[in-house]
Amino acid sequence: MLLTTLVDLSRWQFAVTAMYHWLFVPLTLGLGFLIAFMETRYVMTGDEFWKRTTKFWMKLFAINFAMGVATGIILEFEFGTNWSNYSWFVGDIFGAPLAIEGIFAFFMESTFFAVMYFGWNKVSRKAHLVSTWLTAIGTNLSAVWILIANAWMQYPLGMEFNPDTARSEMTDFWAVVSSPVAINKFLHSVTNGYVLASVFVIAVSSWFLLRKREQTLARKSIRVASVFGIISLAVLIATGDGSAYNVAKVQPMKLAAMEGLYDGSEKAPLVAVGVLNPDKVPGPEGADEDPYLFEISFPSMLSYLATRQADGFVPGINDIIEGGYEFTDRQGNTYVEPSFYEKKARGTAAVTALADYQAAKEAGDTLAMGQAKAMLEQNFDYFGYHYVEEPEDLVPNVPLVFYAFHIMVALGMFFILLFVLFIVFEWKNLIVREKHKWLLWLGIISVPLVYICSQSGWIVAEVGRQPWTIQNLLPVNAAVSGVEPGNVLTTLVIFICLFTAMLGVEISIMLRQIKKGGE
Amino acid sequence: MERLRKIWLFYYEGFRGMSSLGRTLWVVVLLKLFIMFAILRVFFFQPALSDCATDAEKSRTVIENLTK
Repeated sequence: MLLTTLVDLSRWQFAVTAMYHWLFVPLTLGLGFLIAFMETRYVMTGDEFWKRTTKFWMKLFAINFAMGVATGIILEFEFGTNWSNYSWFVGDIFGAPLAIEGIFAFFMESTFFAVMYFGWNKVSRKAHLVSTWLTAIGTNLSAVWILIANAWMQYPLGMEFNPDTARSEMTDFWAVVSSPVAINKFLHSVTNGYVLASVFVIAVSSWFLLRKREQTLARKSIRVASVFGIISLAVLIATGDGSAYNVAKVQPMKLAAMEGLYDGSEKAPLVAVGVLNPDKVPGPEGADEDPYLFEISFPSMLSYLATRQADGFVPGINDIIEGGYEFTDRQGNTYVEPSFYEKKARGTAAVTALADYQAAKEAGDTLAMGQAKAMLEQNFDYFGYHYVEEPEDLVPNVPLVFYAFHIMVALGMFFILLFVLFIVFEWKNLIVREKHKWLLWLGIISVPLVYICSQSGWIVAEVGRQPWTIQNLLPVNAAVSGVEPGNVLTTLVIFICLFTAMLGVEISIMLRQIKKGGE
Repeated sequence: MERLRKIWLFYYEGFRGMSSLGRTLWVVVLLKLFIMFAILRVFFFQPALSDCATDAEKSRTVIENLTK
């Protein structure tokens, strides 16, 4: 019970911090490029209007950047304090990308960010433009390393576990950085930032149009943002499809939770809209209950999404627990999936082998060390199952993952419509007409929606992979440190107060600056 | 040397001529860093393995945690 409280509080604290951090990151990722496009127009045309427009958005970029800077550092504090077993276990695999990110971000940002803000009249136009582009590219490249580290937790590869140190050692750097999960995750996350920034620019511009202020700045900004937004959204949708395929291959339980799929099938349908049945539970207890109270589905779509075949088998939650079905993994190996209990037995064999290895090492028995190491390597793929008590502990929070996934997809569809409407209305000169004010209001209310969409994506990714911190290797209850739950609760409360205050300050500075317009 | 002087002047003049928005943002950033490193890190976020003096001890502690 105490461990459950500690794990839950530590997870809550990490989730609150990560979600707060992610309020700032996507706007930085996308707004940087939008500013770079606008400044490019200035350098190409020499039109002072574009310089003024660039400077206006650059101020909002700076506010967001300053508020977001270093918020991610708290996550690293939490790794060391609350998740020490995890931090030690991941070893240099997590450390190397984070160190590269830190150094990279510091040099790129301190150099080019400074030229961007201090250099308007001190360096040539072209040198300034290059700095703006490099700041945008630099912030995106910083994200690469964090997302590589995150992808490794979802799909650990290119590593070897060292039983002497209990650390994972990188054996193939290229395999880690070129992981299909990492590449897809990076593209999906940054394009999410581009869409968010585009909606932000449209919303601020819509406000100006409603107030009949800064009309040229607003309309030209809408043109840039809506085109950038719809192109980014196309990539976002394509990589979303790639994400679903990867999840089906490396985290099938997450896919089952995303769809509320308890019993797998061939020609599995994709739920477009649905309400889950709260009485449905995994296993024989819930066998008679329908998973949905209401649903509209696309026939065979889930099978196609997960297997690229309309009649492919997609395992449900119960199938994954019971095993016994044929499964093809990300490397193309086909095998019969073991049941939860078989995996747990192998996990226990691996953990026992680690203990035996240590005992043999202390006794100086090299033969026994070799045998234990061989046993550990043979069963290491299921190491973490030793710590999972019951089959249902393998199942993430299905309603949270299901609704977050469907909200994300529905909002993604809404943003297609939003960008198309803004493109059409702006190009046809309808946007300033009194009777089309509704579109401008729609642009403004899209700001909270795009943040909800963005956070929902991370909820799917992170809640959907529970109970694992590292897929199949380390669940949360083994990853957590032996700290006092009261301490975690105290810092959680501090964070909530601190983050709320800081967010209030940011919104207030941001709104004040928007009201000033392009001075 | 001349190049270093120019770089120094670039940053020096940039900070000196900063707008009130820029100053406000720097105050917020510095305050935030102070809270993070001088308060949270010192009083609330001691690494759980900081009692272990060496990496070997840290390994032993984690292995004990994982195999108990």
